[in-house]
Amino acid sequence: MEILGNLFYGLGIALSPQNLLMALFGVVLGVAIGAMPGLGSVNGVAILLPITFAVPPTSAIIFLAAIYYGAMYGGAISSITLNIPGASTAVATTFDGYPLARRGKAADALVTAAVASFIGGTLSIVLFTFFAPPLAEFALRFGPPEEFAVVLLAYATFAGLGGESPLKTIIATMLGLLMSTVGTDIVSGSPRLIFGGITGFYHGINFLVLAIGIYGVGEIFYTLEEGFKTKERYQAKLGVQETISTLKNLTKCAPTIARGSLLGFFVGMLPAAGATPASFMSYSIAKRFAKNPEEFGKGALEGVAAPECANNAASTGSMLPMLTLGIPGSPTTAVMLGALFVWGLVPGPRLFVENAEFVWGLTGSLYIANTMAVIVAIFAVPIFIWMLRMPMTILAPIILVVCAVGGFSPTQDMFDVYLMFIFGAVGYIFRKLDYPLAPMVLALVLGGLTERTFRQSMIMSHGDPGIFFDFAGHPIAAVLMMVSVVLFVLPIVPMIFRFRVSRAGTSA
Amino acid sequence: MKSLKPSKRAIPFLTLALSLLIVVALGTTQALAAWKPTRPIEFVIMAGKGGGADRIARLMQKIVTQNKWSPQPLVPINKKGGSGAEAMLYLLSKKGNPHVILVTLNSFFTTPALRKLPVNYTKLTPVYRLAMDTFLLWVNTKSGIKNMDDFVKAVKAKKGKWTMGGTGKMQEDQLVTNMLMQAYGLKGMITYVPFRGGGTVAKNLAGGHVDSTVNNPSEGLPHYPGKMKPIAALTPERIPAFKEVPTFKELGQPQLVYFMQRSINAPGGIPKDALAWYTDLFNKLCNSKEWKDYTSKKALNRACLSGAPLGKFFADEDVKHKKLLMGMGLLKN
Repeated sequence: MEILGNLFYGLGIALSPQNLLMALFGVVLGVAIGAMPGLGSVNGVAILLPITFAVPPTSAIIFLAAIYYGAMYGGAISSITLNIPGASTAVATTFDGYPLARRGKAADALVTAAVASFIGGTLSIVLFTFFAPPLAEFALRFGPPEEFAVVLLAYATFAGLGGESPLKTIIATMLGLLMSTVGTDIVSGSPRLIFGGITGFYHGINFLVLAIGIYGVGEIFYTLEEGFKTKERYQAKLGVQETISTLKNLTKCAPTIARGSLLGFFVGMLPAAGATPASFMSYSIAKRFAKNPEEFGKGALEGVAAPECANNAASTGSMLPMLTLGIPGSPTTAVMLGALFVWGLVPGPRLFVENAEFVWGLTGSLYIANTMAVIVAIFAVPIFIWMLRMPMTILAPIILVVCAVGGFSPTQDMFDVYLMFIFGAVGYIFRKLDYPLAPMVLALVLGGLTERTFRQSMIMSHGDPGIFFDFAGHPIAAVLMMVSVVLFVLPIVPMIFRFRVSRAGTSA
Repeated sequence: MKSLKPSKRAIPFLTLALSLLIVVALGTTQALAAWKPTRPIEFVIMAGKGGGADRIARLMQKIVTQNKWSPQPLVPINKKGGSGAEAMLYLLSKKGNPHVILVTLNSFFTTPALRKLPVNYTKLTPVYRLAMDTFLLWVNTKSGIKNMDDFVKAVKAKKGKWTMGGTGKMQEDQLVTNMLMQAYGLKGMITYVPFRGGGTVAKNLAGGHVDSTVNNPSEGLPHYPGKMKPIAALTPERIPAFKEVPTFKELGQPQLVYFMQRSINAPGGIPKDALAWYTDLFNKLCNSKEWKDYTSKKALNRACLSGAPLGKFFADEDVKHKKLLMGMGLLKN
């Protein structure tokens, strides 16, 4: 087995003292960066890139990959404990993680998140190790129509998860899509919806500004209303016994984790999609397959495991097209790709031959960084539980400051901080009126990609929508479109059925 | 405590020693530059993270940091909105601030003209030009196209359904596409499909989703020679990394020459000393071994230029781009 030989060679490189230290340093920093709302892995990698100039490329990429990995673990922490997604990839984790924390089960949720991340990450590293070149060939087959089909599939899996009222879900989704159109027209490059030239709108509405606003700031407004009567919001406990019992419970989540990991890896591998849609899709699929779908959104452990295994799997997956094709699978790998160029490396099939030390050293280090990350994340749990026990009068101002920093850092524009507070108020009102927030966030995340791939496909086909259903020319797109259509129709069927039954009931 | 106080007789001596020291110190620093950054330098990039301009900016950051050429760090900030409009408007708002610089693309000329922005190159301070990126016409190797004659035949055979991938609309790639169509009588026969970045464009050609591209060499390299084949170069001379590829000039189309400039600009009205410091900094960078290695590996033309000649270069490029846009009917006089 040539690959096994290469893998051991890579592990040998990764286990050298300097590289081990780089990985550990990166993982710890990554967990911290991921836990800081708004920082996230993209900014973390971009900010820390200059530090790597002093070491050889192999050590540098090990460091950056470790940050990326650690941030995936860290992102779950603030999602669960504060209802503020630490990164876009961790938004879906708030859906069940935060309700669990409010029920005093923050520790369970955090441990579940860490273990699910570990499994998701490891499974996809194995796939990465053994199938990188053929998978790269497969990823090349994804052009605009195929990408659009994947995005539509993400919406389809998410349809019907909004809540009680489909109309409110549709309104929330449309608002999200509308916000995604602000900024620069993707095809023509002209500014649009900038309200007469407000410079803050030129770069569009950043997704994190909305997410931190409606979840983080909105949560503070909500707590203000409840008053600070409750001294301790959580009765969280964590000991060896609790951890063991959580781990036992995790066997229940095994099928969810397996599905989520595979899905995450494949979606992550596709250029442009990345870990965020993967985590949303994994969450919705877990709910569809669950025996207890009514518990989702109220604190189901599967609801934490699903997005967490998928986002870690996707982060490994997105490194595949970066190394083999020179195409970033996610915003973070886009920065890492930039780093590759800075080091004078050319991605592509030849990289695996000419820079074997780099590629296999990185692969080996992924196994090690992943193991380190799960240990660091679990050891960090008591610290965050302790933080949660602080009185709200201290915690609330800290959360607000953290939110403001989070709103500022992605674009470094004060305008976005003000916008974030407005979204906070909007989020509060929406929750009062029972509008689901998740579809709005998802629509803003995917809106740009949806519009771009759709319009590119239509230009390619000279305006013929048949391009999406062309089994001969674009078989992958056609099959995915069919699956989406079925998924869209499925939730409507019982609705029509119920409607008929109730009509029959009243007329009788 | 008394002993620490200088005696009256020591004062003149101390003053003399001090003034001597100052004179010496000033002499050495003035030889370099009188101005030095006192705050971190904002390094504004008029494109998103991971794109071509971003990579170049981060490479410059690396070279400057490693050689310790700046007492303050260069901090890259991406302002990608409105095809560079956001970045240029930002520089306009920083008038006179010497701690902000901008890495430019050719949208530096096209965006202000097309968008009627209150800012263009004349409102900024030209600092340095470091390189000129080159363009090649690429096809998928599976197409079997070997030369320009094959290409023209293949385009015509597709009866208006030929697709050309490129980055953004009305930007570099589309200008080049339009020049090609005009030169070879292919008007209306090529559909231009805009993508988000050069890497994605190349991937879509390698995967067979578009028929041709005009990628920079560095963008095509990951898929070369396996999946992408260069047909001709838009340079006056052959590109050293692609010796076998003819130039359009050799093929009888000398007007098909196009470059992407990689330059540094500062806000308008910055102190002369500050400009001198930056010019010196980028002069060192442009002549460094690292920059020479990078440009030769990525098949860019290293093109160091500053001062008045740079101002003239910008003025010429501005006229050239306006003409190109007018030729496409996108800009009226």
